[in-house]
Amino acid sequence: MEFILVILAVILAVFLGWLVKSSFNAQPWVAEAVDETANQAPMNANARVVALATLLAVMTSFFALIMSAYGLRMDYGDWVPLNEPQLLWLNTGMLFLASFVLQWTRNGVVSGRVSRLKPGLMMTGLLTFAFLAGQFAAWRMLSASGQYISSNPANAFFYLMTVVHALHILGGMYVWARATLRVLKGAHPDSVRESVVLCTVYWHFLLIVWLVMFGMLLST
Amino acid sequence: MAYVSIADRDHEIEHHDPQTFITKYVWSQDHKVIAVQYSITAIFVGVVALILSAMMRLQLGFPDTFSFINPENYYQFVTMHGMIMVIYLLTALFLGGFGNYLIPLMCGSRDMVFPYMNMLSYWVYLLSVIILLTSFFVQGGSTGAGWTLYPPQAIMPGTPGIDMGIVLMLLSLAVFIVAFTMGGLNYVTTVLQARCEGMTLMRMPLSVWGIFMATVLGLLAFPALLVSAIMMLLDKTIMTSFFIPAISSMGTDPGHTGGSPILFQHLFWFFGHPEVYIVALPAFGIVSDLLSTHARKNIFGYRMMVWAIVIIGGLSFVVWAHHMYVSGMNPYFGFFFATTTLIIAVPTALKVYNWVLTLWQGNIHLRVPMLFAIGFVFTFIHGGLTGLFLGNVTIDLPLSDTYFVVAHFHMVMGVSPILVVFGAIYHWFPKITGKMYNETLGKWHFWMTFLGTYSIYLPMHYLGFLGVPRRYFAMGNTEFMPESAQTLNSSITLSALFVAATQILFFVNVIWSLKSGKKADPNPWGATTLEWQTPDTPPKHGNWGHDLPVVYRWAYDYSVPGYPDDFIPQNVPPQEAPAGREHGTEPD
Repeated sequence: MEFILVILAVILAVFLGWLVKSSFNAQPWVAEAVDETANQAPMNANARVVALATLLAVMTSFFALIMSAYGLRMDYGDWVPLNEPQLLWLNTGMLFLASFVLQWTRNGVVSGRVSRLKPGLMMTGLLTFAFLAGQFAAWRMLSASGQYISSNPANAFFYLMTVVHALHILGGMYVWARATLRVLKGAHPDSVRESVVLCTVYWHFLLIVWLVMFGMLLST
Repeated sequence: MAYVSIADRDHEIEHHDPQTFITKYVWSQDHKVIAVQYSITAIFVGVVALILSAMMRLQLGFPDTFSFINPENYYQFVTMHGMIMVIYLLTALFLGGFGNYLIPLMCGSRDMVFPYMNMLSYWVYLLSVIILLTSFFVQGGSTGAGWTLYPPQAIMPGTPGIDMGIVLMLLSLAVFIVAFTMGGLNYVTTVLQARCEGMTLMRMPLSVWGIFMATVLGLLAFPALLVSAIMMLLDKTIMTSFFIPAISSMGTDPGHTGGSPILFQHLFWFFGHPEVYIVALPAFGIVSDLLSTHARKNIFGYRMMVWAIVIIGGLSFVVWAHHMYVSGMNPYFGFFFATTTLIIAVPTALKVYNWVLTLWQGNIHLRVPMLFAIGFVFTFIHGGLTGLFLGNVTIDLPLSDTYFVVAHFHMVMGVSPILVVFGAIYHWFPKITGKMYNETLGKWHFWMTFLGTYSIYLPMHYLGFLGVPRRYFAMGNTEFMPESAQTLNSSITLSALFVAATQILFFVNVIWSLKSGKKADPNPWGATTLEWQTPDTPPKHGNWGHDLPVVYRWAYDYSVPGYPDDFIPQNVPPQEAPAGREHGTEPD
């Protein structure tokens, strides 16, 4: 459980740091008008950014717990390490490229180079679909070689981790699809700007989660 | 500023402004309606759990008397009672109910930041409740694995409800967590982003602090329950071996290869212990506000109270294994978890001292909410002190799995938060409904509940010292248990039935008051917090009329010297009332 404890310690330390900053030396019993820009929204973020940051904290806890369980379970005698399909390297590349292209798109939208928007979003979707299709192909390859989910706890964790990660990607694809449809229908770039920015953060997050999980799978 | 405009954007308000009966009362996006929906559903399912506990007590008090209670359904009653009370009643009511009602009103917002997601949160919660209740009616009935759902027994033959019962329970929990996450994102974001002008973090009422921190805990801890539910569902349905060891069941080999039941326990209690504080922290916050308001005194040590809430929340993540002393662990781990458990008592005790010091020399009005709040201080001290016993490994080992444990956790996270729930409902009833409740009925309700619960749980500690084990359907002829233990059990059952029946007074009071209660003043208690300053009672959609309030002071300006009234609302500017206290001097 060390993994989840370290992750939680980091999350709580960030939270506590912000809280100390907001409350240190405060004298709440003094009545006075307060400059409305003081001590309010953290980091001047907007509500959707704060909601996404909170969601990512929840997801971090979720994935860290699965990985902690992985670490605890692999010490038991029935654990037979799985030979991960080489295809996963290609999938990793696809997800990395998707994240990269989305960052390129986001930079374009933020700096006014809106011509990047349509091709960037389309390419991101294509690469992400390629990642998901690759993951699906990896599951098929494993089951074709007799490596089913219930064959061994290592297999069970592999399927569980990759499936929940893919489901989170699909959740992100919902927001990506809405933004892309609006762009295709000719919506003004400003109207999808926030969605693109938030999607970029989400994609990067899921790339990092995948890299940590993949590293864990490969090294054990 | 973005944080104001988000709560106040015209198109947001128009977007979910209710137009029809359906959008106003059914598919409502108004936080107040959603709060009432959450509360009614939670209380309904809580009554189901109360009836289940009465059935259990009938068996324990008068064994071999009731033919409709057999060992199988006894365990189903125990399991469903526990799970419903902890998750579907208390968590949902404190966060979905009070959180929804109080956060926007106390922070001076028009609504939650994401009203549509807030609405979805309720309907997904309702779905989880329906799935849970459906499990009573499937083949084999609901699960009887105990609320902790420990494997391997939770899914192995011999335990009731191993067909669809356990599957529906796990599914329902997963759905509940989705609902909670949608609600939780709203509560956190609204507190951080939609406070009105002048409402700094350190001016927020402690109710909001408690609900906010409990939500943070829930968001970080519920994933542990989700992970364990998913893994157990896979163990049950497709024969993986996350938790189920290589085992022979009824002479057959089910095919599991060597999973770890202890892994489940770690995951479960990683959620389970913060869950205690998910229930307790909102209660801490609300009771602080009730005591301060009805004692006409500022809360003692506001900053300490805030920090105690935060520190308790943080520490609650490093004490989980004190639930597992008897599962077997390295003695150094036992020492570590006993130490952290005792450390968490420090900020908790600090809160108790501050509540008592808030009452000290206060102008105490023993109205119904105040009675419940003071009752909470009593029951919480009792439950907390027995927690110190159980937190120590050497004392826990002989007391583990006895009725001492049952008495402890019912006092600390059953009776105590429920007293706060009642106190809070009576306190905010005039604002929510626009009607006053019946004071006499309320006082009868309090005294019968308070004294009744003591007559249930004090003797139960004694049963625990005798070594009477919990979870047993029947005690049989066990030599170490004197006959008087059974007599005591019968008396506990009579008290439990009495307390359960007493709750009818509450429902009669609510229904009678809704129909015939006196019209409530906008601020009948002379409270300072913003929800009592709304232009309408009950508050209309959007809460504040045209302009959002502006806050100039904290929520505890009671009995300020030099001011004619004994309270100054948060939105009264310094020019119109004393500027609180002088800079740098903390009030008593």
